[in-house]
Amino acid sequence: MIEIDSVTKRFGERLIVDRLSLTVPAGGFCVLLGSSGSGKSTTLRMINRLIEIDAGSIRVGGQDVRSVPAEVLRRRIGYAIQSIGLFPHWTVEDNIATVPRLLKWPQPRTRDRVDELLQLFRLEPEIYRAKYPHQLSGGEQQRVGVARALAADPELLLMDEPFAAVDPITRDALQAELTRIHRATTKTIVFVTHDIEEALRLATQIAILHEGRIAQLGSPLEILEHPASDFVADFVSGQGLGLKLLSVRKIGAHMRTGVSAEGEPLNVDTSLRDALSVMMTRRTDRLPVCDAEGHPLGIIRLTDLVR
Amino acid sequence: MRGSRVLASPLLWVAVLFAGLVLRTDELKPVLHWGFPGVEPVIYQRSSFLALALSHFGLVAGASGTAILVGVSLAVFVTRPAGRDFRAMVNAVATIGQTFPPAAVLAITVPIVGFGARPTMIALFLYGLLPIVENAIAGLEGVPRGVREAAEGIGLSRWQQLRDVDLPLAGPVILSGIRTSVTIAIGTATIGSTVGALTLGTPIFDGLVANKLPFVLEGAVLVALLAILTDMLFARLERWLQRGARQAISETGR
Repeated sequence: MIEIDSVTKRFGERLIVDRLSLTVPAGGFCVLLGSSGSGKSTTLRMINRLIEIDAGSIRVGGQDVRSVPAEVLRRRIGYAIQSIGLFPHWTVEDNIATVPRLLKWPQPRTRDRVDELLQLFRLEPEIYRAKYPHQLSGGEQQRVGVARALAADPELLLMDEPFAAVDPITRDALQAELTRIHRATTKTIVFVTHDIEEALRLATQIAILHEGRIAQLGSPLEILEHPASDFVADFVSGQGLGLKLLSVRKIGAHMRTGVSAEGEPLNVDTSLRDALSVMMTRRTDRLPVCDAEGHPLGIIRLTDLVR
Repeated sequence: MRGSRVLASPLLWVAVLFAGLVLRTDELKPVLHWGFPGVEPVIYQRSSFLALALSHFGLVAGASGTAILVGVSLAVFVTRPAGRDFRAMVNAVATIGQTFPPAAVLAITVPIVGFGARPTMIALFLYGLLPIVENAIAGLEGVPRGVREAAEGIGLSRWQQLRDVDLPLAGPVILSGIRTSVTIAIGTATIGSTVGALTLGTPIFDGLVANKLPFVLEGAVLVALLAILTDMLFARLERWLQRGARQAISETGR
């Protein structure tokens, strides 16, 4: 879906992105993870040409981003940012309808799409359509911001630390919603963050950026289990590496088959962290495991978690 | 209820007073005779106050209209990426325009463009430019960065960003600059009379030359009333714009 090929960007003397290459498959959720100044935002903004590249090339859906006018390109790519940037003088409906109107969709189609998106984000259309941004909470504003990014049904969604400014509880809810929407819509998402937990939770693919280069590219589990360098190990583990591992490992790889146990079974895709949590609340050291259809597969024991 | 509110509005009374004084100046003869015994004529005669007021208004409208057009365009230009380098220069030129006394501008321009309305227009235009440019730049730069970035990032063209986002959001600040500029221009226009432009300042200067105090008083009161009236109209316009926004908000309900 996205092919970033040996892209370089300088601001004056400073090299911000250094011959960076990255491929994101269609339907992937790629998180660009790094500290400030690592070049992650610059890389993201080069995809929709808010920043022009100095050397190399970027293709979206096989097409070079410089082969179409920037506005045309951007209307095909969703874009959501930390400061949200809702237009304060427009209603929620007008905000979400911005790109469909730019693309001259017929009015009824635009209206239906706005309602559909509000429902997708669990904002009651009757109540929210005519509100102004300042009447919304921070979490609601960011939902509208992401809805606006998705309005014209783009194949690709770029998100630049969209949840960095909301409180932890709202962030948690927004992350869960984004995961749900990603699964439901099979959009390709490129997401910038400096928050490791957020990256582990959302990504199918994490690219750790350091000084304009990719320090490591891999699934959350690969990065935690096999950090490619001391830098990556320091960056991702910090405190609580064990707990992070628990949250990305699934019980499927740790369970025992051919045995059974009492109680409500856990889905095989449950994380070890959630399994531990269930054991704590049920005051038990073993739990039954089932597949997606509910057929029993085996059990997971407390000691299996640390194997 | 509504009628009494209109009657209670100072705007209406100032407007009636101004119109009355312009159209029926002769009614004041007894009062002025009593106040200035021995002065004859006691009412300015060389041209009607209506003609003076219209000419005054026309000069201000022309100069301020041009200043608004040029000032807002300059502010838009220097707040775009292409014009950013000219920002300091435009600000300096506008500041010089206002530091330069309009009387000095007249002295310089009269030899070039001759007497009458033209040098007055030029002086008023230069003098009125700064508040408009300054406020328009402040208004446009006050548009939140996130809003501008989002507008660009989701695919609004430069023109659409200006028309749909920047100008509407900067509107109130731009309007308050225009209000200051126009109000000042109404007072300043009187000096146009020294170079032969017909304004409400004409009776003032003629009165000073001929030592006829009533003429000075008549011109001065009318200029003051016109300035106050215009300022009130702008205040009304600002409130109306704000109320429009508030109404749109309250209609949605909470």
